[in-house]
Amino acid sequence: MLSSVSLKISAGEIVTIVGPNGSGKSTLLRSIIGAQKPSTGVVKRQDGLRIGYVPQKLHIDPTLPITVQRFLSLPQKVSVARAQSALKQAGADNLGKRQMSALSGGQFQRVLLARALLSDPHLLILDEATQGLDQPGSAAFYRQIEQLRQTLGCAILMVSHELHVVMAASDRVICLNGHICCEGEPEQVASAPEYRALFGSGTQGALALYRHEHNHSHDHDCGHDHSHAPREGQAEVRS
Amino acid sequence: MIALLDSFLVRAALAGTGVAFAAAPLGCFVIWRRMAYFGDATAHASILGVALSLAFQAPIFAGVLVVSLLMATAISSLSGRGFAMDTLLGVMAHSALAFGLVAVSFLDGVRIDLMAYLFGDILAVSRMDLLIIWGGACLVIVLLWFRWSSLLTATLSEDLAHAAGINPKREQLALTICLALVVAVAIKVVGVLLISAMLLIPAAAARTFAKTPETMAATAVVIGALAALGGLHLSFQLDTPTGPTIVCFAAVLFALSSIGKTLIDRKS
Repeated sequence: MLSSVSLKISAGEIVTIVGPNGSGKSTLLRSIIGAQKPSTGVVKRQDGLRIGYVPQKLHIDPTLPITVQRFLSLPQKVSVARAQSALKQAGADNLGKRQMSALSGGQFQRVLLARALLSDPHLLILDEATQGLDQPGSAAFYRQIEQLRQTLGCAILMVSHELHVVMAASDRVICLNGHICCEGEPEQVASAPEYRALFGSGTQGALALYRHEHNHSHDHDCGHDHSHAPREGQAEVRS
Repeated sequence: MIALLDSFLVRAALAGTGVAFAAAPLGCFVIWRRMAYFGDATAHASILGVALSLAFQAPIFAGVLVVSLLMATAISSLSGRGFAMDTLLGVMAHSALAFGLVAVSFLDGVRIDLMAYLFGDILAVSRMDLLIIWGGACLVIVLLWFRWSSLLTATLSEDLAHAAGINPKREQLALTICLALVVAVAIKVVGVLLISAMLLIPAAAARTFAKTPETMAATAVVIGALAALGGLHLSFQLDTPTGPTIVCFAAVLFALSSIGKTLIDRKS
């Protein structure tokens, strides 16, 4: 159940939605991609907005044999060269001939990311994309995302549990629990009382630890040059 | 050429390969989507279609098609509503069969060979039957061919399908219609009890060596056709019932491919 959710994403921005289980994070994403119709309210997409969607852990039935190259060619056929360049962008070089069922968790998520990049998206949506990856694995994955934002200039909307990892990679964080509890820059949200009430102060330690380890400066100086990229991707949700 | 069709063996061979052509690629989807029981339920319900068409003096093909369509849509609309699917399908498959058998017994004055519908009667295929079988098979193949990409995407993940602007419900409906068509054309060839076998066994045998969905479907067609022709030949030699012999032949091919795969895996 979601109510009074209003959010807007602009090109070149990384927005993260955090929230406890059942807070409606996936529902929100599903209504943005159109998999679910909101009972009230509207999702307004800019005309011709191309969305790339990286689903929450995808299960491919082992009875279905499929190579990475063939998987990327669904539903629209893409050339081998195009598939390879998308795989490269997603940090999954040379996986084209492998069977999907033979990939490791990290490789699988990168292939899903490559698939989302094929449509040359204005808006990239990731639903718990690093579930099942270990911490270095997901940190590497989010670094890849950050890099993509800079090379492609697309807007990125993610949902995650791993607050400490995600927060370091986002421009704006939205804390969701049926409605928007609080939103703002990662630091603001992390110290907001609503956020602490939801997640406790336990995660604060992890957040600090992560900051300390990697000391990300977000490369803001460079990132913002791209925020007014030629492609104006924009999506807006109101309910 | 046409004179060839005078031979019942040629007609039987054509009927068998026709069913294999449609059933094998559809069987791949049945396996990938874990709908094995779904095919069973639809096929078992078709005996009710036989009874109804005899009662109303309608063509068997039409009655079977309508009943299996109804059964298949009933199941696919019930799915995803929180029912325990395996139980529900078990209940529906066998009760439909039972109702069909009881309904047949009410038909006074109509003497029907029940065995012919339960196990098929491929040697009695007429030219008209052949036309229906190949017509239905072509329809299924055309449907699968043109929807292949969307069907495959919807099979992989409903969310991915939505994101690509594909409606998974519509793809499910397309498969449901194909399934009903295959059941309707296959009833004469292998009978209601063994239709699922023609769907599943060739596709399962093809899985062992396939690298892509397309090669799996193509291999399944070859295996299905081989089983149809080989089974027909064997049943003629050994004087055994044809439908079951075709299924036995397919099962042996499945066993051989599994054993072959195990041996190859061990070597490497």
